[in-house]
Amino acid sequence: MSADAAELRRRTAELLAAHPPADTPAADFLAARFAAGLAWVHYPVGLGGLDAPRALQAVVDAELAAAGAPDNDPRRIGIGLGMAAPTLLAYGTEEQKRRWLEPLWVGAEVWCQLFSEPGAGSDLAALGTRAVRDGDDWVVNGQKVWTSSAHVARWAILIARTDPDVPKHAGITYFVCDMTDPGVEVRPLRQITGEAEFNEVFLTDVRIPDSRRLGAVGDGWRVAQTTLNNERVAIGGMRLPREGGMIGPAATAWRERPGLRTHDLHQRLLKLWVDAEVARLTGERLRQQLAMGQPGPEGAGMKLGFARLNQEISGLEVELRGEEGLLYDDWTMRRPDLVDFTGRDAGYRYLRAKGNSIEGGTSEILLNIVAERVLGLPAEPRTDKDVAWKDLAR
Amino acid sequence: MSAQPDLLYSEEEEALRAAVRDLLTDRCDPAGVIARTESDAPHDLGVWKALADGMGLAGLLVPEADGGQGATHREAAVVLEELGRSVAPVPYLTSAVVATEALLECGDRELLGRLATGRAVGALAVALHLAPGAAFRTVRVEDGLLHGELTGIADAACADVLLVPGDDGGLYAVEAADATVTGQVSLDLTRPLATVTLDRAPGRRVGDAAAAVPRALRAGAGLLASEQLGVAEWSLTETVRYLKERKQFNRPVGGFQALKHRLAQLWLETVNLRAAARNAAAALASGDDTAVAVAVAQAYAAPAAVRAAEEALQLHAGIGMTWEHPVHLRLKRAKADSIAYGTAGAHRAELADLVDLPAP
Repeated sequence: MSADAAELRRRTAELLAAHPPADTPAADFLAARFAAGLAWVHYPVGLGGLDAPRALQAVVDAELAAAGAPDNDPRRIGIGLGMAAPTLLAYGTEEQKRRWLEPLWVGAEVWCQLFSEPGAGSDLAALGTRAVRDGDDWVVNGQKVWTSSAHVARWAILIARTDPDVPKHAGITYFVCDMTDPGVEVRPLRQITGEAEFNEVFLTDVRIPDSRRLGAVGDGWRVAQTTLNNERVAIGGMRLPREGGMIGPAATAWRERPGLRTHDLHQRLLKLWVDAEVARLTGERLRQQLAMGQPGPEGAGMKLGFARLNQEISGLEVELRGEEGLLYDDWTMRRPDLVDFTGRDAGYRYLRAKGNSIEGGTSEILLNIVAERVLGLPAEPRTDKDVAWKDLAR
Repeated sequence: MSAQPDLLYSEEEEALRAAVRDLLTDRCDPAGVIARTESDAPHDLGVWKALADGMGLAGLLVPEADGGQGATHREAAVVLEELGRSVAPVPYLTSAVVATEALLECGDRELLGRLATGRAVGALAVALHLAPGAAFRTVRVEDGLLHGELTGIADAACADVLLVPGDDGGLYAVEAADATVTGQVSLDLTRPLATVTLDRAPGRRVGDAAAAVPRALRAGAGLLASEQLGVAEWSLTETVRYLKERKQFNRPVGGFQALKHRLAQLWLETVNLRAAARNAAAALASGDDTAVAVAVAQAYAAPAAVRAAEEALQLHAGIGMTWEHPVHLRLKRAKADSIAYGTAGAHRAELADLVDLPAP
């Protein structure tokens, strides 16, 4: 029988009593929280959870926040929490889950994602990084790109081609790659914002034991769907207060700088304010559906709306700021550990938001997903599904 | 209204375009422009010299008697289309158009000659975001010396002469050596802004700012549309080329109808943008219907060029987000241009009066 809210409050109180946050090092508190099953309550007992309904996590989080307990800095380990963990949970062996989930959740080990390649972006299934079996290991060669956190990551979720002679979706296998392997080379990839938030990762004769495979050989595409579906929810599905996100700084600028106001900007800002509020409500409704165990198709659209809004609002904000909009805070090449879409100035927000409709599935691909999977419209004629990967045009 | 303006390009204009494009193709490659943006010398004075001195293009708007070419805004617009395509970091719009136009109003033949021959670069010390009719900042004039600070001055970093509005209504020529010019970190690194600080700087009164500044900004706004056309054209052409070549799903991605339609739509907007930009150039040349033509051109061009550059980035996708790829230079230029010499909103507001569609 799964725990109810009262039971979770009792267990949270127990945790706090045994490990008073004020006197407990953060790492110890997080480890104790994981052991108590209060890390992610919907996960299984023994893996940081209590098999409780996901919605009840909010009960635990509220109690812990009120008690001043440390959190696991989710922005630093977003890929682990949002993408690797659900995939490990769905496809990992017991041993794999025990090895990886705890250090992932407490933040002791950062994860990154080795999926996209220069020649395989929207058409991710066409990826060309090769994994060849050699005894108990796989030997991996190839190039990945757009890898956030690769320079700080301990582990990576990786998809690679294990069979080039079958159609592209059938020849992919999913692995966990050790980022400390000497064959892994991480190079910063500078973006239009001036900083290198992402990396290119070159894999040269990287050896991965077969025990670090997730799912069956050749089943990597199906495993990757779990990762990708979670990624899109993670990117577009944050819970926000009213005026949270991109609209916040634009609204603040409007209030604080009467000299910038014009009739034209006023109507455009108000329209975007309404769009942002409605997007927030749609996200809230989606979360309520999920909590009731009725996931709706709106999830597919969340990231689409998030990208469009971020781009339009930041674009308006640059224009609104006028003289100041012609400036930029800093072009210095840096390698931030955290991704912060709304940090820094309006120019940064405008440029960074351009990535929102590309990363984690382009808006074009997501619109296809909505059209085909939600609306049931027929797919375009495909020439790539029944051809061996090695015979595809590239 | 008089006869319809000629919205086409003459043979001479096409020849001029070809010559400028050849030069820029040779001397203004994307990797070089990107590298230069972060160097100590963001302006490419070599290319500027070739354009101004070698080809005589700095003096297009200046009468031959004053050392110029005696051409018109139509030819200058063609040069700006090409400069927009390549986002060349040269002070053409700011010196050969805006500062020159101010001096034409003032009738200062000595300075006009210096600018027209490319011996000097001029910059009007009025913030880049201001629309032609907007109030502009002035500096204090005391005993013929100038005191004050002006921000957002485009291309001031490479100017030899600054044209500074004084609080007595005069427009003053100040040698850059007598001013302190400090670069500002700019969104568009190919047209950097600077702060101009004057501390007892000697200035020579060349005319009245109240007449010269609006005329200069109007010419800037009108011809900026041609630069925006160049940015939009590059964005469209380069994206079409890439989408024919880039293969995903076993086919060129340009073959997907959803993407084809977006490029076709961009083409339509570029066609419109060209007509509006040519009309503004023709109106500036003839003096007929200038205010409406310039406001229409800017109101249309600013969002159209931004959209073209934004679409170019999105359709290039991942590679378009990289510093190495030249698309971001166009995005930053298009976005900065959408504010320069007044936003589309400011120009629409001006139109409201001009065409009698008053605000509520």
